[in-house]
Amino acid sequence: MTTDNTVSKPGQSPAAPQLSGQFSTFFVADLFFGVDVLKVQELLRFQQMTRVPQAPDVIEGLINLRGQIVTAIDMRRRLRLPPRPADQMPMNMVVSTHDGAVSLLVDEIGDVLDVDAATYEQPPANLDSSARELIRGVYKLNDRLLLVLDTERTVDLAARG
Amino acid sequence: MGMQDQDVIREFLVESYENLSALDQNFVELEKHPKDAALLASIFRTIHTIKGTCGFLGFSTLEAITHQAESILSQVRDGQRDLTPFLVSLILETVDAIRKVLAAVESHGAEGDERFDNLTVRLREAAQSKATPDVPPESHAPALPADVRPEEDAAKTSAVADANIRVGVDLLDKLMDLVGELVLTRNQILQFNADREDPALNATSQRLNLITTELQEGVMKTRMQPIGMIWNKLPRVVRDISVVLGKQVRLEMDGAETELDRTIIQAVKDPLVHLVRNSCDHGFETAEARIRAGKPPEGRLSLRAYHEGGQVNIEIGDDGAGIDVACVKRKAIEKGLLRPEQADKLSDREAVNLIFHAGLSTAQIITNVSGRGVGMDVVKSQIEKIGGVVDVFSRPGEGTTVKIKIPLTLAIIPGLVIMSGGERFVIPQVSLLELIRLDADSLEKRIEYVQGTPVYRRRGSLLPIAYLNKVLGLEPAGAHDAVSIVVLQAEDRQFGLVVDGIHDTQEIVVKPLGKQLKGLTVYAGATIMGDGRVALILDVLGIGQRSGVIAFHEQSRSATQQKTQAGVEQQRLLLFQTGSFERLAVPLSLVARLEEFPQSSIERAGGGQVVQYRNRILPLVPLRDVLEPGAPGPEHPPDPVQVVVFNDGDRSVGMVVDRILDVAEDTVTVRQKSSRKGLLGSAVVGKRVTDFIDLNEVIQLAAENWYRGSGGSTQGRRILIAEASAFSRGLIRSGLDMAGYRVLEAANLSEALRGLEQQPVDIVVAALDLPPTGTSALRAAMRSKKEWASIPILALADSMEQVQAKAGQTVAFQDCQVKFDREAMLASLARLASALSAPVPEPVNAGPAHQAKDR
Repeated sequence: MTTDNTVSKPGQSPAAPQLSGQFSTFFVADLFFGVDVLKVQELLRFQQMTRVPQAPDVIEGLINLRGQIVTAIDMRRRLRLPPRPADQMPMNMVVSTHDGAVSLLVDEIGDVLDVDAATYEQPPANLDSSARELIRGVYKLNDRLLLVLDTERTVDLAARG
Repeated sequence: MGMQDQDVIREFLVESYENLSALDQNFVELEKHPKDAALLASIFRTIHTIKGTCGFLGFSTLEAITHQAESILSQVRDGQRDLTPFLVSLILETVDAIRKVLAAVESHGAEGDERFDNLTVRLREAAQSKATPDVPPESHAPALPADVRPEEDAAKTSAVADANIRVGVDLLDKLMDLVGELVLTRNQILQFNADREDPALNATSQRLNLITTELQEGVMKTRMQPIGMIWNKLPRVVRDISVVLGKQVRLEMDGAETELDRTIIQAVKDPLVHLVRNSCDHGFETAEARIRAGKPPEGRLSLRAYHEGGQVNIEIGDDGAGIDVACVKRKAIEKGLLRPEQADKLSDREAVNLIFHAGLSTAQIITNVSGRGVGMDVVKSQIEKIGGVVDVFSRPGEGTTVKIKIPLTLAIIPGLVIMSGGERFVIPQVSLLELIRLDADSLEKRIEYVQGTPVYRRRGSLLPIAYLNKVLGLEPAGAHDAVSIVVLQAEDRQFGLVVDGIHDTQEIVVKPLGKQLKGLTVYAGATIMGDGRVALILDVLGIGQRSGVIAFHEQSRSATQQKTQAGVEQQRLLLFQTGSFERLAVPLSLVARLEEFPQSSIERAGGGQVVQYRNRILPLVPLRDVLEPGAPGPEHPPDPVQVVVFNDGDRSVGMVVDRILDVAEDTVTVRQKSSRKGLLGSAVVGKRVTDFIDLNEVIQLAAENWYRGSGGSTQGRRILIAEASAFSRGLIRSGLDMAGYRVLEAANLSEALRGLEQQPVDIVVAALDLPPTGTSALRAAMRSKKEWASIPILALADSMEQVQAKAGQTVAFQDCQVKFDREAMLASLARLASALSAPVPEPVNAGPAHQAKDR
């Protein structure tokens, strides 16, 4: 991952939400996401999980995070994307939400990026509708788009995904 | 001064001390933030409460002091004046004076002689001179030391305080959480240790185990509070209500020192107050009514708390009028909770428990105290939320007792670890009644269906069954040698949960599930097991509801509740009523199901009544027509009709009765053969004479073809029953008739031999005690004749013990079974029948109902 495509000028654009300006990034299928770095509690390799029968199918299971029981949400299913190849192990991105820690299962973890608030835009209209529900906005980086994930909406399964 | 007054005073003292200690703190804060409205309001409330209570208790000195202080505080609170340091000192002085009086009340039961006139005067002046500058009038200043003598009194009251420190609840909760973590880590270390053989690690982990357990107990104790904490306010509640209602009620409390976790104390507080109010309002009669009923005018309300088996029991009992069962039923019908015919079937105990339904209040008059029909359902749900159980017992004229069972703590509970569909789950031990282990083969056989719900016969009573893998949508486990049924209690229902395997019991730390999983009622939470993995904790009530077993048949439930321990010799009988026959019985072992059909679903076909049932046609036999042919039917035929279904193989017949009464378990004591058509005879069951139905006759009326037609090795086999008692013969016969055998009867050896001579017989079923000398004689006689020698004999013993005791004798027979164990007998006969050479061809007697039989 390259970092030379980012410029740190936080707080310049009134459109950008009040964030630290730093994003922890990850990939789900071919989408490139960012979560405010302050929301990310930790990153873990794939953990053994206890599956929860009768739970919504986006819930992959429960993991033991040093004694804390954390629900793991599969981001592929949450975004209604095709399933991950069987040989690919997801990574856990544990984010803190209003209801405690939740683990997001993602394909790959990226770098922490500083972004230029001036490059912020509302989600493009042509973005897949299931993904758009969970995206707060987009930063136009030099070579790709960084989708800002709304973690609260993501973990609220009542919200459409 | 009565006991009750003393209790009230003690409670007043406890409460006041508590409030006063908070007050000191508040004042200190207030001097820093003089405008803090919340603080002011809190101080005002404390003084106001003390004033109110001491006026009530007749403590005039206290009332005089507090009244003036209250006036000043109310002026400050309302912003009419500022709280100057002078006023603060004055009020603090008042607080000290209050303490002093309280100390006197505590030690002598009275206020003491000190009048605090000086203080009162100054307070009054301060209260009246709100316009004047708050400068202490010179003249009163020297009087101060006279009123306040801190040395002895202060030392006395603070003796208790020195041994205690106040700790924030947050800290305790945090400690509890940490101990929970420690317990989990300990479990992991122990498991780790079990896999190694390191003596040093072993010793260390044992020590860790011990210390953790002790620490856990210690921390749990810090969170324990005596239930008296919440009982304290009840005397006042009772007194107020009884004054309003004009009743006399004496409150007795026993076990106030019983300790509970503080979260649980908080959770039971409101339900308890509600139950006490309810008892006062609904439970007790007026004094006049009580005297008329020959009771003392003063009602006795008793609160009892005690530990029992890791749980706390709380009982709220009154010696009032008891619950009017008829009234409850009437209300339930009015509110549409029950249909009238359902109400008739309810036992008194079930009816009494209806009071926990929402919208049901039996108070004749709706008062401002209670009677609006909200509350008891809330009480029940609040208690159940913390894993407790509520039950109510009532005797007309003698009173009502509500029993609450609650766990000591919610944080760390014992649980049973089970497997299902390859996953591991934990069942809270509090819901666990027993474990049944079955061979996988016998599971299929032992589980039957009632109204589509699988049931298991547990000691003769029907236990609804749920399969955990089905409830949770898990893959069925692969081939297992054995499965287990976990018998669980949810609310007042019992059910069996079939699981693949049972591990051990463990202390588990209950952790809540995330919001995403809150909607799943089948889980109560999750925990972390010794191997570090998460396991889900099952919510027994949720599982029961989801599988449908909780909404199970009322009749089976009452049968379960009224069962006694089944002995081998005892029979379970289904009791019912039809026409003028108040009490009829059939052996429950012959009954497949109890059903209700709406009148509208009954059709006529093949000259009889039938009903469509599970894609089949079920012929119905109205028992009334069999027993009392020609008698006029009831004016209002019951709707739905009650049907007792008998079946064998793929054929069924329904016997229509007026009312199902009960299931009784009894040794049939007196036997008398009946000459009436359709009846076998009479016996005394549960101290009442009961007529036994001759199923054979009843069923023959249903459909001529019922026994015949579908062939099979059992069909058409001729069986000779040799048994002395006509009654027993009848019972055995009805079972064999239904299975399609043709039956001959013999009462003794000579009759049996005559029967063998007259007709060819395929199998002989003979009682071991066949007169005159036992079945061995029959055996010997049969051996002696060539054509009889190969006829198999099934011997019937009175009990399992007899089977074992006479094992030596019975080797001469092909098989030996217990009398009236219909299933075993039929299985044995089927075995013997299939071992016979060729099945006897049987002419099929096709009746008109034949076409209707298969769908």
